Amino acid sequence: MLRYILIRLLYTIPIALGVTIFVFALIHLSGDPLNAVVAPDATAEMVAKLRAAYGFDKPLPVQYLIWLGKALQGDLGNSIVNSRPVLDTLLAAVPNTLMLAIFATMIGFAFGCLLGGLAGYYQGSIIDKLATGFGIAGVSVPHYWLGMVLVIVFAVNLQWLPATGMGAGGSDAWKWDWEHIRFLILPAVTLSVIPCGIITRTVRSTVAEILSQEFVQALRAKGLLHGQVMRHVARNAAPTVLAVMGLQLGYLLGGSILVETVFNWPGTGYLLNDAIFRRDIPMLQGTILLLAMFFVALNLAVDILQTWVDPRMRRS
Amino acid sequence: MNLMTPAAPATVDIAQTIANSPGYWSTVLSRLLRDKVTLFFGLVLLLIVLMAIFAPLIAPADPYKASMIRRLKDIGFPGHPLGTDHTGRDMLSRLIYGGRLSLFMGVLPVLNALVIGGLLGVIAGYLGGAVNMAIMRTMDIFYAFPSVLLAIAISGALGAGIGNAILSLSVVFIPPIARVAETITTQVRNLDYVEAARASGASSLRIIRIHVLSNVLGAIFVYATSLISVSIILASGLSFLGLGTKPPEPEWGLMLNELRQAIYVNPYVAALPGVMIFLTSLSFNLLSDGLRSAMDLKT
Repeated sequence: MLRYILIRLLYTIPIALGVTIFVFALIHLSGDPLNAVVAPDATAEMVAKLRAAYGFDKPLPVQYLIWLGKALQGDLGNSIVNSRPVLDTLLAAVPNTLMLAIFATMIGFAFGCLLGGLAGYYQGSIIDKLATGFGIAGVSVPHYWLGMVLVIVFAVNLQWLPATGMGAGGSDAWKWDWEHIRFLILPAVTLSVIPCGIITRTVRSTVAEILSQEFVQALRAKGLLHGQVMRHVARNAAPTVLAVMGLQLGYLLGGSILVETVFNWPGTGYLLNDAIFRRDIPMLQGTILLLAMFFVALNLAVDILQTWVDPRMRRS
Repeated sequence: MNLMTPAAPATVDIAQTIANSPGYWSTVLSRLLRDKVTLFFGLVLLLIVLMAIFAPLIAPADPYKASMIRRLKDIGFPGHPLGTDHTGRDMLSRLIYGGRLSLFMGVLPVLNALVIGGLLGVIAGYLGGAVNMAIMRTMDIFYAFPSVLLAIAISGALGAGIGNAILSLSVVFIPPIARVAETITTQVRNLDYVEAARASGASSLRIIRIHVLSNVLGAIFVYATSLISVSIILASGLSFLGLGTKPPEPEWGLMLNELRQAIYVNPYVAALPGVMIFLTSLSFNLLSDGLRSAMDLKT
């Protein structure tokens, strides 16, 4: 097992390096990276000075290595807009996104398992058809629109829940009480629709497949009760479902930008959106790097966990 | 690979795809004709596409013409069956015209990816070895990003614009298509009858053209249909963030963004563009599901 973990780790290193190269290249995609900082009427001498100050006069590979070295030490540069270290701003936003994504994954997991499990067990029934339809609708719905619809229904019409933000009066100090959790409900439900659809589909097909296997028949023949058989099915379905859930959490962390924009949720997606429109390239780079690395690490963790739960999954 | 990308077909049933004779396709067609759900949503999709193509003929009003005195009128307002937007433009006409850009921005990236990804996958699968390593490991790097993040990273760095949005989405869809094409090509390459063709002197180009492509194309086409539904959501999402089309162009995602503040005044009108995105994406998804099960003769 230890050897497997080491091999998996080694395999991840080139991918992580590739990700850093890609993120580094982003800054040069839009032409001269200095355009964002230099005033349009700057003299050639000033431009040259700035170029040297930012290190843009060095060859690209050297620039990359310097940037990577700093990033590894936690220095993602300073924001162009407010000159504060990118990492500080990012670290303040990460918990908000994490909270949203975890909450959404939990909702998606609970509903997805329930719906998918019932659908897989009662194949061909009304529940099955409803669950299948729901699964497809879940992956087809533009969630930024769904967020708007939920705001219209629950915030504007019924006035049960607040429409945007994460605290009364636009405050972003979080506390685990109802006054704050109220703000979390709509964005989390909106974000949970996609994992819910995907987990429903996964659980349905996994349960259906397991139920068709011979060992289930053997269990039944042995005289096990309904619930006891289902316990075996659940244990066999768990590795696949957990893996899907882990990956969904990663997708949500990186993909929450649209929902955070709809709900003005002060997370990483909101930062990213802001960075794009102010052309704050270090902020953009830092946010994407962090989110992508998180995704790579999560992938690794899911793989290792899955092998640990079910050694048959071990890849060669 | 993405927030919502459907799982790629991991393997093809060679015995089945080899039977790609005329008889096979007529069976698929007759199976499709019996599938009412697929037929219905196929028809819906056809209507949406026709509506977008013939927009100038169908739309009752000029989609750009604003009117200060007729802002945010409700559904059913005389002369504006679906109401008006925040600058008094006719919603029905804008929704009809909006399909043009939304469909274009959603479908084109997948077509690009189909050509480039398909090519890369076939090359990697056919040549194998170091070329395969180089291509497929590069693809792995793009798999390290959630697709929404990848699309936003590229178009955010490039700046707003239709071309940039299409480019960034093409990059998102190349790796999954390349992976499917590579898997199938590798399988086909090692089949006995392909070995026999090579032994009897067929050139690589001929083997790829006749044996590999016939197997790869069907599979990646069906897969691409399901990617289009994701692509439509993402393309409109980019416009929703202000990274795609620019005002005053009618585009569903951008319209949704412009009407965000209007939900307090006229929520039903504000939600309309999203209904169109949802319907289009849903239709592509169901069509893809239907095609897949019709082509899988085992069930």
